[in-house]
Amino acid sequence: MTESTTIAVAMSGGVDSSTVAALLAHAGDGSAVSRNAVVGLTLQLWNQTRLAGRHGIPDTPKAGRCCSLDDVYDARRVAEHLGIPYYVVNQEARFEQDVVRPFVSEYLAGRTPIPCSLCNNHLKFDQLLQTARSIGASRIATGHYAVNEYDSGRGRWILKRPTDLAKDQTYFLFGLTQAQLARTLFPLGRLTKPEVREIARQHGLALAEKPDSQEICFIPGGDYKQFLTAYLEEQGEQIPETAGELVTSNGEVLGRHEGIFNFTVGQRKGLGVSSPSPLYVLQLDPVSHRVTVGTDAELATRTLRACHLNWISIPELAGPMRVQIKIRHRHEPAWATLEPAGSDEVIATFDEPQRAVTPGQSAVFYDGDEVVGGGWIV
Amino acid sequence: MRRVYMDANATTPLLPEVMEAMRPFWMEHFGNASSIHLHGQQAHAAVDRARETMARFFACHAAEVVFNSGGTEGDNTAIFGLLHPGDHFITTSIEHSAILEAARRLARHGIETTFVAPQPSGLIDPMDIRRAIRPETRLISVMLANNETGIRQPVEEIGKIASETGVFFHIDAVQGAGKVEFNVRRFGCHLLSISAHKMHGPKGIGAMFVRRGTPLEPLMVGGSHERRQRAGTENVPGIVGLAKAAELAMHSMEDGTIDRLAALRDRLETGVLQIPGTGLNGKSDGDQPVPRVANTTNIWFDQLEGEALVIALDLKGVSVSGGSACHSGATEPSHVLMAMGLDKTRARASLRFSLLKTVTEAEVDYVLKVVPEAVEHLRALSPVAAGTLG
Repeated sequence: MTESTTIAVAMSGGVDSSTVAALLAHAGDGSAVSRNAVVGLTLQLWNQTRLAGRHGIPDTPKAGRCCSLDDVYDARRVAEHLGIPYYVVNQEARFEQDVVRPFVSEYLAGRTPIPCSLCNNHLKFDQLLQTARSIGASRIATGHYAVNEYDSGRGRWILKRPTDLAKDQTYFLFGLTQAQLARTLFPLGRLTKPEVREIARQHGLALAEKPDSQEICFIPGGDYKQFLTAYLEEQGEQIPETAGELVTSNGEVLGRHEGIFNFTVGQRKGLGVSSPSPLYVLQLDPVSHRVTVGTDAELATRTLRACHLNWISIPELAGPMRVQIKIRHRHEPAWATLEPAGSDEVIATFDEPQRAVTPGQSAVFYDGDEVVGGGWIV
Repeated sequence: MRRVYMDANATTPLLPEVMEAMRPFWMEHFGNASSIHLHGQQAHAAVDRARETMARFFACHAAEVVFNSGGTEGDNTAIFGLLHPGDHFITTSIEHSAILEAARRLARHGIETTFVAPQPSGLIDPMDIRRAIRPETRLISVMLANNETGIRQPVEEIGKIASETGVFFHIDAVQGAGKVEFNVRRFGCHLLSISAHKMHGPKGIGAMFVRRGTPLEPLMVGGSHERRQRAGTENVPGIVGLAKAAELAMHSMEDGTIDRLAALRDRLETGVLQIPGTGLNGKSDGDQPVPRVANTTNIWFDQLEGEALVIALDLKGVSVSGGSACHSGATEPSHVLMAMGLDKTRARASLRFSLLKTVTEAEVDYVLKVVPEAVEHLRALSPVAAGTLG
């Protein structure tokens, strides 16, 4: 089959991806491109009613959640409105295997995973490109706020922070390979959210005012502990016994806790001990099940190690490099020096100590607006 | 682009004669069949004529025909209208969800269901039904033809068992209507449900055969319509359309249409099975296809996902489906194919081609051109393929 110009748009039923579909279905000159030039796809990743009724999870899921029937309905209506073919592709089995399972294991092992990056790295782009190619589309487009440009000088695809920095999603996209970037369009990269809503209105999309979704798509109400309990119960598995001691950084035992998965680095609430000054979780030990707590000052660290790296603007890290690093989605990038540390691992030394470096989250390295690469915090 | 529709088991278009027969009943003869005046009488007469046609269609008395909204209502009425707490119900694991979900609801009211599994061939063994019967068994419900495989179930033998054991017998005949000649006495059933839109009639209308004396409680109560068996103002245009569709269907069973349809289905099937790594779902030990309705074939394709093939074919102008259209959105592998013993991968990689009676040779040939191309393309890309071959 010859290389086609067909583009598959990943549609979630939200404003952003719907606007992408509208932008691509109706070219800038106002003429609609031919019907099959744009195809809408929704990946059905999780059955929102699957755990309904278990462990405090409501019997009927809230509306407006990713993969809910409401969102599929919205996406389908947009596709109809734009006159593009639209399909729902089921990837629930793969999502569970590549995202939900690792998410659960990470929590149980005392880390704080980011399912969105797991999904982007291991499923979404890979699967979308695969599905797109199977229906004759050579490229995909998504509603992520990011910029993706080819730099002929370096011979590389470069991922950059978008115009609307408040919506910047590059933190979740650090795992994209050059091959994936070469086939991916982010049409919203140079637009602000208000502009996107305006375009949606101009195209007569009924969902132009639909609120943004923020939470993890498969966790109803955002209560991950409830989710872990309900999921393990459904699987007929026991929550592993990880109760242990709550200690200070100099080894003083303050009390006991009921399981390390109840904690995340930097957490202040729900420690179950009183102290004259506020205490924060500093460290979770998956072997001894010890949870170390300490003061705000103790939470700050100067270095981090990251593994399972992916490089975007450079082929690989040859020597020390000055970068800015984001260690959480909402983290202001901080200056650091990055150095290779063995195979597929780096050490970053921050100029200023950073608060709550959390194993399981990702560290994404920036050079100005460009994403240099990233990895998972060890 | 050429469009070929091969999803007749999902629904069929109206035939022009059906449209014409219905036409006067929207605006001209709009009366309520229960009214005393002329308008009412016109409507009532049309419903009566339709009832007589349906009586011929089922080979029963006109008084045994109840009009309703379609197959789901018929299935639900049989189950909720006959079974009471403490009763036992027997059905099969390959029924339509209108039966399976109703059985699930029964469970909450203390009515136990035995789901008889098919043999690997897709056929229900009547002896399995017999073995499932208990003293408290009140109802057996088995489909005439399966919606996904087209396999024709041995309802006559099951009817004999029901009669010998004094158990009520309902047939979900939705997928048999217009494809199999009906005779409710020969079938030995007390109840039988059909839907108009599977045989070129309108959507939202159906009928049920209710053998005289069957103590069936209505699902809908209200007015005294349909001899108090189904309350609600008669859908006169729908009823007229259903009867016209039934009349045309009876005619098509005598004029060679079904043989022609079977020949074209066989040609399609033989052609698709030429593709390496494919096979027919629904075969006996002797490798022969089991009895099937004339329009349906269900084929597995190794090394690809059925869903991707359905989409690829749609974009090439061919409408087929991976299984029941009544499960869209859900994408569990077909419960029918799984019950026949297919593994999840193969069940997911299966496609149903169900042909309209109006299918042409040119349409079959177009599909035979497009399917091998699409399969080859998908297999070239597929990680499933890489995994299997590597």
